[in-house]
Amino acid sequence: MNTTKTKSVQHYTHITSKHRWYDLNLREVWQYRDLIWLFTQRNFVVKYKQTVLGPAWIFLSPLISSFIYAFVFGGIAGIGTDGVPSILFYLAGNAIWTYFSSCVTQNASTFTTNASVFGKVYFPRLTMPASNVLSSMLQFGVQMLLVLGFLLYYVIAGAVHPHWEAWLLVPVVLLHLGLLGLGCGIIISSLTTKYRDLSIFVSFGVSLWMYITPVVYPMSQLDDGIMKTLLMLNPVTAPVELFRYAVLGVGSVMPGYIAVSGIITVVLLILGIMIFNKVEKTFMDTV
Amino acid sequence: MRENREVAIQISGVKKKYKLGQIGGGTLQGDLQTWWARVRGKEDPNSKIGQDQRLIGQTFMALNGIDLTVYKGEALGIIGGNGAGKSTLLKLLSRVTAPSEGEIDIYGRIASMLEVGTGFNGEMTGRENVYMNGAILGMTKAEIDAKMEQIIEFSEVREFIDTPVKRYSSGMYVKLAFSVAAHLDSEIMIMDEVLAVGDMAFQKKCLDKMRDAAKLEGRTVLYVSHNMNTIRQLCDRCVVLDKGKIVFDGDVEKAIGMYMGIAYSAEKKHNDFSIREYDPWITSNIKINYLDVEGESNNVLFGNNFVFSLNFMCTKNIENLCFRLTILLPDRTAVATSTTSEITTTAGETYQKTYDLDISQIAPGKYIMQIVAFQPTGYGSQVRHDYVPHAVSFSVYTNQQLHNFEWNRRAWGDHVLPTARENI
Repeated sequence: MNTTKTKSVQHYTHITSKHRWYDLNLREVWQYRDLIWLFTQRNFVVKYKQTVLGPAWIFLSPLISSFIYAFVFGGIAGIGTDGVPSILFYLAGNAIWTYFSSCVTQNASTFTTNASVFGKVYFPRLTMPASNVLSSMLQFGVQMLLVLGFLLYYVIAGAVHPHWEAWLLVPVVLLHLGLLGLGCGIIISSLTTKYRDLSIFVSFGVSLWMYITPVVYPMSQLDDGIMKTLLMLNPVTAPVELFRYAVLGVGSVMPGYIAVSGIITVVLLILGIMIFNKVEKTFMDTV
Repeated sequence: MRENREVAIQISGVKKKYKLGQIGGGTLQGDLQTWWARVRGKEDPNSKIGQDQRLIGQTFMALNGIDLTVYKGEALGIIGGNGAGKSTLLKLLSRVTAPSEGEIDIYGRIASMLEVGTGFNGEMTGRENVYMNGAILGMTKAEIDAKMEQIIEFSEVREFIDTPVKRYSSGMYVKLAFSVAAHLDSEIMIMDEVLAVGDMAFQKKCLDKMRDAAKLEGRTVLYVSHNMNTIRQLCDRCVVLDKGKIVFDGDVEKAIGMYMGIAYSAEKKHNDFSIREYDPWITSNIKINYLDVEGESNNVLFGNNFVFSLNFMCTKNIENLCFRLTILLPDRTAVATSTTSEITTTAGETYQKTYDLDISQIAPGKYIMQIVAFQPTGYGSQVRHDYVPHAVSFSVYTNQQLHNFEWNRRAWGDHVLPTARENI
């Protein structure tokens, strides 16, 4: 009897009240990769359905905010941009920051926004955050087209000199920031199932985070000192600087801080997946 | 015999605990205060004053020790009142939430339909949603591609498949959603009253589909419903849940009877009604004291009469008293009705009457009888003097085949009519 059982039934599920913390269930997430891709497409497509301008918004919103940044930070506050044309400087910074912040904010509400789906059917919950990162990446890709357009113009004009060889590192930077955002996001979303306080904190927390990250200013604007060290310890700073180093040819590459950021990312990610997996089992009872 | 069958689901000692009230579910500040107080060994500032420490975290057991084995190819019905734990059980099985205690082993892939159309997005077209919903239910894109044509065909919404589903009528929405779930290659199907929607024709189609899944394809079906007719049509085994426990497991009719609040097992020869509450809409001029089954037992051989005696008291002179005898299924679906001949009664007297009821056309099965004492007033109306909703339980049995068949009540009904004679 046992042999027929194993032959005819490949799927075996054991449900128990006990949860092992090291049980990360990543294999199951991989089995649902089609779902991850579908969620990614949905996130991307549904966003612009029934809007007049459609996907043009992907270009419009960074353009508008970059002009505002150029006006406020460059014009009024007079913050330098390391000699890079300010609109390009802000567009690039905006692209990479939008990517990271959408990884955080979208994932931060994973449980609360999907409660109705999660409450009715089981699939590995991590597919949702994973697809959020992927769709943020897609959006970043589209936004980069805009950056490239400006970049091309300024390169031909001789105003910027990108480090082309460092472009190979851009995908690594993306992966790094994506995983960092994923880690932060799912930790927050796991905690918001119990503490709704965090969902209020997240929206302005992330916008405050932007100001301690060199997005609207270059690191070179800061004098050496405790403030600069603190800013460098912000795990987003080093990847953003690296990105700007490659794309705009300005900024600094500091392997030490990149390593620190990498360690923080790995720790947050593993911690996040652990908490997430623990919470996903019973969050329906508390959400 | 059962032990030789393959197990599909094995549930052992499963409990599900929910916290009552606000405790533990509050804000970060509150929990930090509680935690800090515990660290310092102080009293918890968030516990209510005078509250017994043992009462902190009062819990509610939605499931209180469930042991159940479901075999492969079985269509198991789960019934029970609101709050009995049916939905919680299904949620645990579909892994929406985890049990507080106990273990569940599932052999096979589960298609869970706690709701149809989970993950449907109004902005996306029917086809896009089929992919989405299928993937959520665990299908890969290749599997959905292979099934797409069947799904569209079954759903009856072919013309609208490339229209955003927010333009769908609710019926179309449900049809499409059910079709996706029904075409999932799963060994186990779990359904929570999804058939409550859709028109009659589609409901029947769904039931047939599920019955085929169980009977022909050997899939296991778990079905929760308050509609006893669908349970009766679909299931071959039924579990009754009450207060988080399984109170009955077995025959569908018995389970339905039990759920309907009838202690069906009570096939008593002597049925006493002297102590009871009287309904307000009867005059109580007649009080039926007891019913005795005359004959060896409450088991009547098919074709024989049901003989019983009634003992009743009369408090008013009645010229034309009758008893209406209604035979019901355990869930109180009426099967047949007869009346006794008229009698004249005198106030203050107690009577003992024996009746011989011809039930030779009633198919083998379990029945109950309801008795109304009434007085016809002419013009088709009546005065009701007494009412006993559940006077006696009895069963009809047979040793032979009827019309050369094993009688199938589900398909042929509860009446066995005499053989039609050829008209010469």
